[in-house]
Amino acid sequence: MTAKISYDDVEVGTELPAQSFPVTRATLVQYAGASGDFNPIHWNEKFAKEVGLPDVIAHGMFTMAEAARVVTDWAGDPAAVAEYGVRFTKPVVVPNDDQGAVIEVSGKVAAKLDDDARTVRVDLTAVSAGQKVLGMSRAVVRLA
Amino acid sequence: MALDQSFVGRTYPPTEPYEVGREKIREFAEAIGDANPAYTDTEAAKALGHPDVIAPPTFVFAITFKAAGQVVQDPQLGLDYSRVVHGDQKFAYSRPVRAGDRLTVTSTIESIKSLAGNDVLDIRGEVHDEAGEHVVTAITKLVARAADEEA
Repeated sequence: MTAKISYDDVEVGTELPAQSFPVTRATLVQYAGASGDFNPIHWNEKFAKEVGLPDVIAHGMFTMAEAARVVTDWAGDPAAVAEYGVRFTKPVVVPNDDQGAVIEVSGKVAAKLDDDARTVRVDLTAVSAGQKVLGMSRAVVRLA
Repeated sequence: MALDQSFVGRTYPPTEPYEVGREKIREFAEAIGDANPAYTDTEAAKALGHPDVIAPPTFVFAITFKAAGQVVQDPQLGLDYSRVVHGDQKFAYSRPVRAGDRLTVTSTIESIKSLAGNDVLDIRGEVHDEAGEHVVTAITKLVARAADEEA
């Protein structure tokens, strides 16, 4: 494990570079194939509406994967992530147009946990169409 | 219908090994649009101290969720899967998943709660490698919405 960020260089409140992740229907089809999650709410508008959703929605695990990128891009080595958890609070609605949806993710160091293990807690915020789509989105990251 | 509390603590038999392929990792990294070379370039992964390419942190969910199917589809438990949504997801890693791993998952029902008529089920998936070493624990919270919520 070789994180490129030093524990000594961060403090509570240090912000991670924010990122925006576009999601289209094509993204969801590709993610369905790669993950093996073929639930039709992620690609079939008719089915999604029949079960009470406003439209096709992104896989929660897709959103979780994108939010993680803010942490792994910052840390450099993805293995720096020791723990990672999210709550799926609102769906990311993905319309069938040229735009799709955007997931905006920001993060900051919320706590320095252990001076010996050099671990910090990063709190993430993920927003799509003005709504928070993840809650309790936290990672424990082992820094250099 | 509330789920039977006596299922809390029940552990299901370990799954057959899942062999992690480097092209499967690449396919997953491309699907999430993540160009981190640790996922696709063995030399880049080695430069970080890994023996081979590693998988993105959430990759293992495909394996643990399939294993959780033993719980979800247990006829004795009687979960109505058509009403289930994914509530929370957590991972705790001993090390990253990497190409060549042969991983088994042991699923345990961690807790069963009833909240406002919804059944809330926590399933813990312990992932071990071929040597029996712990790789990652996945905790998946599933919420089965109450039947009378139907519009």
